[in-house]
Amino acid sequence: MTVMEQRGAYRPAPPPAWQLRTDPEPLLPDAAPFRVLGTEAAAEADAQLLLRLHAELVRGRRYNTQATALTKQGRLAVYPSSTGQEACEIAAALALEERDWLFPSYRDTLAAVARGLDPVRALTLLRGDWHTGYDPREHRIAPLCTPLATQLPHAVGLAHAARLKGDDVVALAMVGDGGTSEGDFHEALNFAAVWRAPVVFLVQNNGFAISVPLDKQTAAPSLAHKAVGYGMPGRLVDGNDAVAVHQVLSEAVRHAREGGGPTLVEAVTYRMEAHTNADDATRYREDDEVAAWRDHDPVLLVERELTARGLLDEDRAATVRENAEAMAADLRERMNQDPELDPMDLFTHVYAEQTSQLREQAAQLRAELEAENESDGAAR
Amino acid sequence: MTTVAVKPATMGQALGRALRDALADDPTVHVMGEDVGTLGGVFRVTDGLAEEFGDDRCTDTPLAEAGILGTAVGMAMYGLRPVVEMQFDAFAYPAFEQLISHVARMRNRTRGAMPMPITIRVPYGGGIGGVEHHSDSSEAYYMATPGLHVVTPATVADAYGLLRASIASDDPVVFLEPKRLYWSKAEWNPDTPETVEPLGKAVVRRTGRSASLITYGPSVPVCLEAAEAARAEGWDLEVVDLRSLVPFDDETVAASVRRTGRAVVVHEATGFGGPGAEIAARITERCFHHLEAPVLRVAGFDIPYPPPMLERHHLPGVDRILDAVARLQWEAEN
Repeated sequence: MTVMEQRGAYRPAPPPAWQLRTDPEPLLPDAAPFRVLGTEAAAEADAQLLLRLHAELVRGRRYNTQATALTKQGRLAVYPSSTGQEACEIAAALALEERDWLFPSYRDTLAAVARGLDPVRALTLLRGDWHTGYDPREHRIAPLCTPLATQLPHAVGLAHAARLKGDDVVALAMVGDGGTSEGDFHEALNFAAVWRAPVVFLVQNNGFAISVPLDKQTAAPSLAHKAVGYGMPGRLVDGNDAVAVHQVLSEAVRHAREGGGPTLVEAVTYRMEAHTNADDATRYREDDEVAAWRDHDPVLLVERELTARGLLDEDRAATVRENAEAMAADLRERMNQDPELDPMDLFTHVYAEQTSQLREQAAQLRAELEAENESDGAAR
Repeated sequence: MTTVAVKPATMGQALGRALRDALADDPTVHVMGEDVGTLGGVFRVTDGLAEEFGDDRCTDTPLAEAGILGTAVGMAMYGLRPVVEMQFDAFAYPAFEQLISHVARMRNRTRGAMPMPITIRVPYGGGIGGVEHHSDSSEAYYMATPGLHVVTPATVADAYGLLRASIASDDPVVFLEPKRLYWSKAEWNPDTPETVEPLGKAVVRRTGRSASLITYGPSVPVCLEAAEAARAEGWDLEVVDLRSLVPFDDETVAASVRRTGRAVVVHEATGFGGPGAEIAARITERCFHHLEAPVLRVAGFDIPYPPPMLERHHLPGVDRILDAVARLQWEAEN
């Protein structure tokens, strides 16, 4: 049986015997976001996982503050901070196996770093020395995607291709709440469901698409509800609860790997900073709202649980902080070095083989560079 | 002496054969699009492929052009060579974001680590009495996007050869299929089909001394007909079939215009900001001192593609081409 034949045969029955094909009940998300931390279930959470999540969250938070500082120094053109959303990014990335693929949006640098990508290379797009600073195949991380939701169909195609080849690879595709309004979001979910592709869609609902709040973005009961119309399960999770995110994502990944098809997960979280450093968040939201989310901070939630279980003493907390500080210092130092750029690279990777038109233009630039060098030499 | 099974074949059949041979030769090739499976495509170009190779290799997709091309990007990321069909020229527009933001520049943004060997088949152009949104010539949009190859056949043999070369290319190719030539026939041997030089080589279809007609795709047969008709006026016209708009074969075009000293660019896409504007500029830059007259364009009018009952007034025909050639003579004599 081919992969295509594995889809259920479905023909609209002639009227009046029309019947809905699927009972939507099992596909519907729960009424409230799934939570572990702060509930009795937290006691069941694996201690090693909690400690790992804690260390990664602290590191992720420090990465966000350091990268934001680098924008102020002009070292980064822009940085869309994910402060407040670290649990979504890190816990989701840690739910993947090494052979799986991540399809991040421009805000998901931390997910890429949590998969082991060099923090400096993860920032190439935002620094502006090249568009993608790494080989996507080496890390199984697609390029950070700037257009909204356009990476979602890529995730579907890759997962489908992997399945055709007989590889049990899962693709995790990340998108924001605003991105769910895009046509590519719809097409990706539809293709994934029809093909039963091993994909997990993670919507990080952080409340705002730049300045537009969720109630102006959608009239759906939740973003997870959108799954039902495509015939895939929708799951709602507290995006600030790293253990809950890890658990829901791990289940969705397993479901996909075992041939169960895609899942749409909505992680409810909050963007603590502005959209980017070019945005003024005070124009569209109240300080009270931001303050309310501070008490539900993803780092705080894990720390409370670890402390309650006696797993986080001052020594351990200090070590975690020091490691994060060392990462930040290294990032700062390497980002403060000017990247070495070769202008001739402009023509190198447009086509596998340069066209005669590009060869002419490359010769023109080379001559300009040589003339520049000569005049520099003469000036000295 | 071997007997060669040469018999008349249509361009549509040659394209189908090219897809079949590509699927048979390379297990990473996948054909996908709306109606390409069971139906065999609305023009029957993919007829029999799903039956022969299974619906994993020739896949009927949901009806969504951005989704078709977007999933093809992911498949190419995993090492496959998707050949996607857009069914009709104007149906490709929803896929433009995927094409321009991802397909065209993925190689570049990943410094060569992630090539996009995708062939995008777009049946294009008018002359078949299609209703609105079924007859656009959208090649200028594709030409304006770095990273894409833009190719269009005018003969049965080229249809096969260019499509095989496009599928074999490690870069994305927008493969424009002239709809009104789907049923054009030629003697063709499917057992030893002709291959072509690497993409980007124009070919002189007819040599001549009076002027060069620079053209491609559906306008090539029209120009050949015009060249025959021009003999009555004593004009000996050369016809250059570009075959590939990107890369552009400056060498063949410039050599032809230098020989003849006069050039008319002929295409059915609109003229303003159209392919002819670029081609005329390139000819002028390279051949100015050889030119006896300005480079002229015979193009579709600058209007949305007209309803089918009026399209014959829009499409460049033999008379309009001969009028342009006559103007070249006049320009030269005064």
